[in-house]
Amino acid sequence: MSLPAFAELLERLLFTPGRNAKLALLKRWFATQPDPDRGVALAAIAGELRFSTAKPSLVRDLVATRVDPVLLAWSHDYVGDLAETVALIWPEPPARPNRPPPDLSEVVETLELLPKSEVPARMAEWLDVLDAGGRLALIKLVTGGLRVGASARLARQALADWAGQPVEEVEEVWHGVPPPYLPLFRWLEGKGPRPDPRDAPVFRSPMLAQPLEAPDIAALDHAAFRAEWKWDGVRVQAAAGPGGRRLWSRTGEDMSGAFPEILEAMDFHAVVDGELLVMREGGAVAPFADLQQRLNRKVVGPKMLKDHPAGLRLYDLLFENGEDLRALPFDTRRERLEGWFARTRPERMDLSPQIAFVSLDQLGALRDGARAAGIEGLMLKRGDAPYVAGRPKGLWWKWKRAPLSIDAVLMYAQRGHGKRSSTYSDYTFGLWRPDGQGGEELVPVGKAYSGYTDQELVWLDRWIRNHTLSRFGPVREVEKALVLEIVFDAAQRSARHKSGVALRFPRIARLRADKPAAEADRLESLMAMLEKGRE
Amino acid sequence: MPTPHPESWIRVTPQGLYCEPGDFFIDPMAGAPRAIVSHGHSDHARPDHGAVLATPETLAIMTARLGEGRAGRSQQALGYHQPLTVGEVRVTLVPAGHVLGSAQVVLEWQNSRIVVSGDYKRQPDPTCAPFEPVPCDVFVTEATFALPVFRHPPAGQEIRRLLDSLALFPERAHLVGCYALGKCQRLIALLRAAGWQRPIYLHGAQQSMCALYERFGIPLGELLPVPRPEKRGATVLAGELVLAPPSAEANPWARRLADPVTAVASGWMRVRQRAKARGVELPLIVSDHVDWDDLLASIAEVGAPEVWVTHGREEALIHALAGRGVRGRALHLLGREEEESGEAALDLAGEEGAA
Ligand SMILES: [Zn+2]
Ligand SMILES: [Zn+2]
Repeated sequence: MSLPAFAELLERLLFTPGRNAKLALLKRWFATQPDPDRGVALAAIAGELRFSTAKPSLVRDLVATRVDPVLLAWSHDYVGDLAETVALIWPEPPARPNRPPPDLSEVVETLELLPKSEVPARMAEWLDVLDAGGRLALIKLVTGGLRVGASARLARQALADWAGQPVEEVEEVWHGVPPPYLPLFRWLEGKGPRPDPRDAPVFRSPMLAQPLEAPDIAALDHAAFRAEWKWDGVRVQAAAGPGGRRLWSRTGEDMSGAFPEILEAMDFHAVVDGELLVMREGGAVAPFADLQQRLNRKVVGPKMLKDHPAGLRLYDLLFENGEDLRALPFDTRRERLEGWFARTRPERMDLSPQIAFVSLDQLGALRDGARAAGIEGLMLKRGDAPYVAGRPKGLWWKWKRAPLSIDAVLMYAQRGHGKRSSTYSDYTFGLWRPDGQGGEELVPVGKAYSGYTDQELVWLDRWIRNHTLSRFGPVREVEKALVLEIVFDAAQRSARHKSGVALRFPRIARLRADKPAAEADRLESLMAMLEKGRE
Repeated sequence: MPTPHPESWIRVTPQGLYCEPGDFFIDPMAGAPRAIVSHGHSDHARPDHGAVLATPETLAIMTARLGEGRAGRSQQALGYHQPLTVGEVRVTLVPAGHVLGSAQVVLEWQNSRIVVSGDYKRQPDPTCAPFEPVPCDVFVTEATFALPVFRHPPAGQEIRRLLDSLALFPERAHLVGCYALGKCQRLIALLRAAGWQRPIYLHGAQQSMCALYERFGIPLGELLPVPRPEKRGATVLAGELVLAPPSAEANPWARRLADPVTAVASGWMRVRQRAKARGVELPLIVSDHVDWDDLLASIAEVGAPEVWVTHGREEALIHALAGRGVRGRALHLLGREEEESGEAALDLAGEEGAA
């Protein structure tokens, strides 16, 4: 397998919006490519290949020796991206050198071993034998700018689908095997044993809760359940021991680099499950938008660490000193967690308290009263339930507080992707506010792309096409005449939004074609719903 | 007798290129008294001229597109390589390799020769006669893809990518956006050559040009209209190929297709940002215009000391020519579009599209 095949895979992953289509592309890759290149590609997709060999300036200098500077500048201006410009503009020798294009693994090995001074000449040799797609993949790979249209999680799902294994199995082994994952492929092809992660801080697929709906509530035996707050942060798994430390997201992305202070505090040999939050002094939880700022960057500076300190609120213990506790009942694990926490006292961490209750009605009242920042609702967990990967029925419930709602005016609509590429399915909506000249203006407050039925979608699409004011690319501005009832979980102050407010999980509850746009809500009514800090 | 400089007998006017000693325009704006038309694309073949001179294929295309009566009050057909004297000027039409019937207009007057190439390409195309370089004093060229980043791969390679996608996604329709005149028929012929023997399904806007090509003896295999689903909400043509105008995927018409892979065949697909902005899932780099390398090679072959650039990225081309000792001149002709950009075709196709 050579670099051009990898380039074609990357290209298709990048342009393909559909998840199933991406899975099909990846499965075929695993099925048809030889080792070690299929594993090297997998590492590249999963973000586990890192080079520091070449800077973008290397590529710029190389191409400058071969291309007229004026044409290069105009081309760069037209294309936008330097790596792509170089890939496209690289002059193809009149006769292709009589060498095959390099293998992906050859590129990776060479770059690890080659003295830096020899990299430019080798790059030029490779560029001469590749086509434009291959050149782009090479440049992006070498300069560390590879953007892949698939997450590591999706790649593991494809691996599991291809091999007919549950994805949880792949997850547990994955992080214990380095690229190019030869023992992993041998196992998945039935040619070798399951790799043993031993003490490596691998990711374990988490146990997830189901939403609690009215019919389930009636059937619920409340005495069998324990209650906790549902925190509005990010679910994480902290795994630490002699084999290293890792902070995993719910989907198995490695978040260690973004939260160094948490990693530093993981001075234990255990795997714990909890909620990552920005916690201010005294454990007060900051709004989700603050955490969002941390999540948006791969590397954090000292100011960010100081202004948005992260903390971990623990609710489960999966491993203690290498002992797997997942088969034990929740109540037992909770006891072990409390005992372990009292002995270990890890910094930046606390326990998610359990809430005493005698009836579901009482719990319901607690849930509805909870409007403090950082609380989304309640979690109900069966006392006798083991820790089961995935979303098992009836063991854990999430009971979100009732959503808030506003009547907003449709402002812009955008076509969706894939199956929705012929349909205006993404909606920007706004609320009224004074325009400073004695009149009223609409200010956009959010975007929704769910909540409607198929029929409502068809109706909306038609309405948008018939009420378009202007078009730019896939976006249409529409007449400010259609009212949408929007529900959302919370409203939070946000400096990044023009309106000054950000909505959590906005979705369309109803189309209010009956309501005149002038009677839609005003921005100030939304501001009144802003979360208070925790009382 | 000294040879007159072409600038003394061919002028740029608001209506287009005008040849004084022959008293005719070449690819003029609508309503010229006498026009020579290089090929049938709408930015070259405009309606309501008085007398029109063109290849028989181009005249047929004009009549089909513009309607009887609007494709010239009088039409005169001229085959390739048959010199004809118009006024004082000798006119010869030579294949341009762009679309069926496309011609370079070779003009000779008092020992001076100017070639107006119209649109042209050098890649092989089974649906039209190949470009022939004609040595000349002035070569008039377009510059649609005149930046060195534009290099079209062999079309066969792009066709293989399309067929590969069909094999990988047999449960999805493959909707290929392409210009109705030329690109559509070329793709079909290339698909047939690559072994695709199944029927190919056409959006209504593509059908008449395909029928015309077949009348001129270019076999395209079995072509069918895109059917309506039998039930409301059902979809059709999983695993099949559908050819439609560019951007048809954005119209409600496309909803009848089974989870379509949207492809677009155009030289612009070379640049990712352009493909991304269009929401194309499978960009195919297939163009009926010369790319940068072929543009420069063609100019070298015709050996003209002077090149006039009608439209496109003339500044880059003129800069490159200066480095080669060739004088370049931008004509800034009005009314030429980037016909491959496809945005115009969206509105032509109409919101509901033809069935
Ligand atoms: Zn044309
Ligand atoms: Zn043209």
